Amino acid sequence: MRDISPAEWTAILLSLRVAVIATLIATPFGIALAWLLARRDFWGKSVLDALVHLPLVLPPVVTGYLLLLTFGRRGLVGAFLADHLGIVFAFRWTGAALACGVMSFPLLVRPMRLSIEAIDRRLEQAAETLGAAPWKVFFTVTLPLALPGVLAGMVLGFAKAIGEFGATITFVSNIPGETQTISSAIYSLIQTPDGDAAAGRLVIVSVVLALGALIAAEWFARRATQRLHGN
Amino acid sequence: MLRVDIEKKLGEFSLQASFTSEGRVIGLFGASGAGKSSLVNMIAGLLRPDRGTIVIDGETVDDTAAGIHVPTYRRHIGYVFQDARLFPHLDVAQNLDYGRRMNGLAPDPAQHKRVVELLDIGALLDRRPGKLSGGERQRVALGRALLSKPRLLLLDEPLGALDEGRKLEILPYLVRLRDEANVPMVYVSHDVAELRQLATQIVMLKQGRVTSFGGVRVLT
Repeated sequence: MRDISPAEWTAILLSLRVAVIATLIATPFGIALAWLLARRDFWGKSVLDALVHLPLVLPPVVTGYLLLLTFGRRGLVGAFLADHLGIVFAFRWTGAALACGVMSFPLLVRPMRLSIEAIDRRLEQAAETLGAAPWKVFFTVTLPLALPGVLAGMVLGFAKAIGEFGATITFVSNIPGETQTISSAIYSLIQTPDGDAAAGRLVIVSVVLALGALIAAEWFARRATQRLHGN
Repeated sequence: MLRVDIEKKLGEFSLQASFTSEGRVIGLFGASGAGKSSLVNMIAGLLRPDRGTIVIDGETVDDTAAGIHVPTYRRHIGYVFQDARLFPHLDVAQNLDYGRRMNGLAPDPAQHKRVVELLDIGALLDRRPGKLSGGERQRVALGRALLSKPRLLLLDEPLGALDEGRKLEILPYLVRLRDEANVPMVYVSHDVAELRQLATQIVMLKQGRVTSFGGVRVLT
């Protein structure tokens, strides 16, 4: 690890920061959406479901371009946020976090939704007969029982966010120290003569992070099963 | 006091029941499919009647004409299901405490001790539901319902999932509960022997209609 250069560290730390922020902000939305999809029937549900999964199947460059059109400086939402709240996404690390959040959202929501669907609704009924209002039922029964799935979703989303490339580079470009994540750094390095060694180091970091996340997600899923059986 | 006068259509099946009871233990008797569980679920507020009224302890919790439907969590009832439904992520002590916490009641150690002793569950307090036998689970479920301080306790075939031996193990606790806990109960069963031992009044249901109502004698 001592061979990792300051520039590479910058990319690694930026990737971590982008992925952590993206995951933390996406999580409450993910939980709400997972609950909605698992528990409610409403008009347009299948459209919403498809919309959530869209970044999974759309070419990332398309997602990135759409983000640029929407959240760019002249984009409808981007202009509003910049003028009124001072939040700028274009060519900033915040934009990278937004792109990563959107791209990883389907992976984040899925385990959450599955774990909520797996909860025995009769337990929620029992909670209600004991005097728990619906929101209390959610926080004392539904969410704790779904927690391993929620954590698994966060881990998977995080892993995806760390590796995101196409949408990020399209939306916020590849600026060292601002928007150059591990992926875009590798991309630059393999186009540079003598960049192979550095690229190789970052590749190893990527593989380790992704593997670690998958193992963690698997572990949380096992915990979920145990929890539901009350052991 | 419990007053029920409801109508409900569930697919092809229609339920029509009307009775008023001051009894300590109302036995709801009938074959499976007679509408017992639907009726209890309506008293609990889990199911909404198409027409009619339900009055628990003087409070109208359902009145379709007046548009009243008090949600389950505000009915102050206890419900013991056939399949205990203990919270798997909480240990026995936390399960027992759940109703008190949700209702924002102050801790009542005396009552807690009384219920734990009555049901003989003191040794189980730090266990998870997954580590309990069927009979133990049912006793904890009873305790959990009682400790939420309900004004009416609903028991839907609480012994239904247990084998004969276990039934005989739980029945004495239910008799003690009736005599000592001072909470009126609605006890659903298709078992004549069980109801003879427990009930003070019988509502007999057959295919969604009340066919007899009265003392335990109607069971013959």
